[in-house]
Amino acid sequence: MTPQLAIFFVLAALAVLGALNLIIQRHPIHSALSLIVVMIALAGLYLLMGSEFVAAVQIIVYGGAIMVLFVFVIMLLNAGVEERTNVSKLAGVAGIPLAVALLGFLAAAIARSNESAQAGVEAGTLANTKEISTMLFKDFVYPFELTSFLILVAILGAIVLAQREKS
Amino acid sequence: MVPTSYYLILSAVLFGLGVVAFVFKRNVITIFMSIELMLNAVNLAFVAFSQARHQSDGQVFVLFVIVVAAAEAAVGLGIIILMARNRQSLNVERVDFLKL
Amino acid sequence: MISFLNANATIIIYLVKIALLLFIVLTVNAYLTWFERKVVAHMQSRWGPHRVGPHGLLQPLADGAKFLLKEDPTPAGVDKFTYFLAPLMALALALTSIAIIPFGPEPLHILGRDITLGIADLNIGILALFAITALSVYGVALAGWSSNSKYPLLGGLRSSAQMVSYELSLTMSVVGVLLLAGSFNLRDIINAQAHHPERGIFGWNVWPQILGFFCFFVAAVAETNRVPFDLPEAESELVAGFHTEYASFKFAMFFIAEYTSMITVSCLCTIMFFGGWLSPFPASWTFTHYLPSVILLPFGLWVIWDGIRYETIFGRLVLPGIGTVLTVIGIALAIPQLQFVNEFVQGPFWLLGKIFVFLFVYVWMRGTLPRFRYDQLMSFGWKLLLPVSIANVVITAFAILMWGAR
Repeated sequence: MTPQLAIFFVLAALAVLGALNLIIQRHPIHSALSLIVVMIALAGLYLLMGSEFVAAVQIIVYGGAIMVLFVFVIMLLNAGVEERTNVSKLAGVAGIPLAVALLGFLAAAIARSNESAQAGVEAGTLANTKEISTMLFKDFVYPFELTSFLILVAILGAIVLAQREKS
Repeated sequence: MVPTSYYLILSAVLFGLGVVAFVFKRNVITIFMSIELMLNAVNLAFVAFSQARHQSDGQVFVLFVIVVAAAEAAVGLGIIILMARNRQSLNVERVDFLKL
Repeated sequence: MISFLNANATIIIYLVKIALLLFIVLTVNAYLTWFERKVVAHMQSRWGPHRVGPHGLLQPLADGAKFLLKEDPTPAGVDKFTYFLAPLMALALALTSIAIIPFGPEPLHILGRDITLGIADLNIGILALFAITALSVYGVALAGWSSNSKYPLLGGLRSSAQMVSYELSLTMSVVGVLLLAGSFNLRDIINAQAHHPERGIFGWNVWPQILGFFCFFVAAVAETNRVPFDLPEAESELVAGFHTEYASFKFAMFFIAEYTSMITVSCLCTIMFFGGWLSPFPASWTFTHYLPSVILLPFGLWVIWDGIRYETIFGRLVLPGIGTVLTVIGIALAIPQLQFVNEFVQGPFWLLGKIFVFLFVYVWMRGTLPRFRYDQLMSFGWKLLLPVSIANVVITAFAILMWGAR
């Protein structure tokens, strides 16, 4: 059990527990907090794989901007605890073992396929930021400019949607 | 070094949990958060493959996915605010008619 | 026992460094509050704390005791988990950001090991600091919401909207420095300013990046919710903003988080724009290496002289003691046998001096400037600061293209 494998299991357990907590919690703010935990755990996994730039961007953009937006909306709309509805019990009793079995088959299939590939950093590779930025501004410059346009359209859309009726 | 398949299995588990949250929760904001969870799971798979093959294409694509998720979250939450204002409820089972 | 220490040496060194740095940062926080109260008071022609110990130096201890012993009520109807999480998150994030800052160029050579000054030397140093800044919005927003009361909710929402808006200008204003240095690593940024050691103060980043420095400093003051941007937590406006419903120890956690982020911002300003641990004098003027002694010796003698004539007996014992220690250190740094210590002390001396200057500027602004109204604040952040930061990036990139980064 190398230290990297141990850290992987800790972060993976954190991510899965956060996702489970998102499902179990009844108040949306607690689900939002669990999702933030999942995102930080994923950023840790990206760091473990050697993609430090993607890890930092994940925390800054996802954890620090998108989830802040979610938390603001939950606070503004004063979203309360979810009500109980009549979900059939059979779905829980039969569904969960079936889902776990499906997952087991998927996991076995994945694990058997790519046995030699190891995701991690080798010595002597270029710095992650330099590689990504070179590729972003040379090969992918057109999609990059399009995403800036996309963000502009999204800002305009959000402003138009959220303004009050002028009547 | 951690084998790539471990990351892929984790990505599949997170994606599955996102789908479960999407199907079973009734608060529209929580449903939206489960979409973000699914996108994150996919990002993890992208980065795992990118590092396994020592190419940066996967990570550049992850940046694009993050940007698109941000734009989608902004517009989607705007729609949710409108919905809450018009129907006074965030329960997705109450918004099943097209007319108000 | 010795072999156990030798085998796990790296972990033990890290743990000792973390414990020491935590202790130092918390003490500096406490005395920063004393410093602020004294300076603001003297600017307002009054004395500030001067009863609790000589010159009020024991005031932070009294405040700490008050925070520990006061009643800590939890209001009714709060969301318990979030109410307890918010100050914890704010404090944890603020203290984590100190781990990334390098405090000196030379490693310490003790017992055959090299111990670098600074806990984590990250290759994405600045990005990690921005990540921590981005997450600290939650401390404020969740505190305001979970308090189940109107004033904290409004204050929390306004404060977090302000922090998110000024975060953009904060990150953009630093891009110029990163372009000049070519790396996110804080040590590389300082070394890039040391490229021409004979230029001394004129080699620092503040001269090519003067616009970036002003944008960064203003955005950072807004991020830390200090005057003139402290509307969301000012007493006359919204009771006390997002921390209205927090009493003793949890309020102390927010308080410590705010002062620690002040210290972090001062450290970042010195490292990125003012040369970090570089001396402002050209490298050929080696006589300036005696400056620590030249400052400490007279200061120590003045403290002794002031202490001997102090009014209370406790002051007449303690102050001369402190003065003697300072004088001895000042003399010790000047004798030829201890020159290797003096050389080692140069870097941290300049860094701490510059950080102290920035903290003084923070406190000075607190004592002199009125605060912005909320709409003025938001329009300033989006309509003035953000375009200026982006313009700074464009101008810097153009200049580097024309004349190279050196």
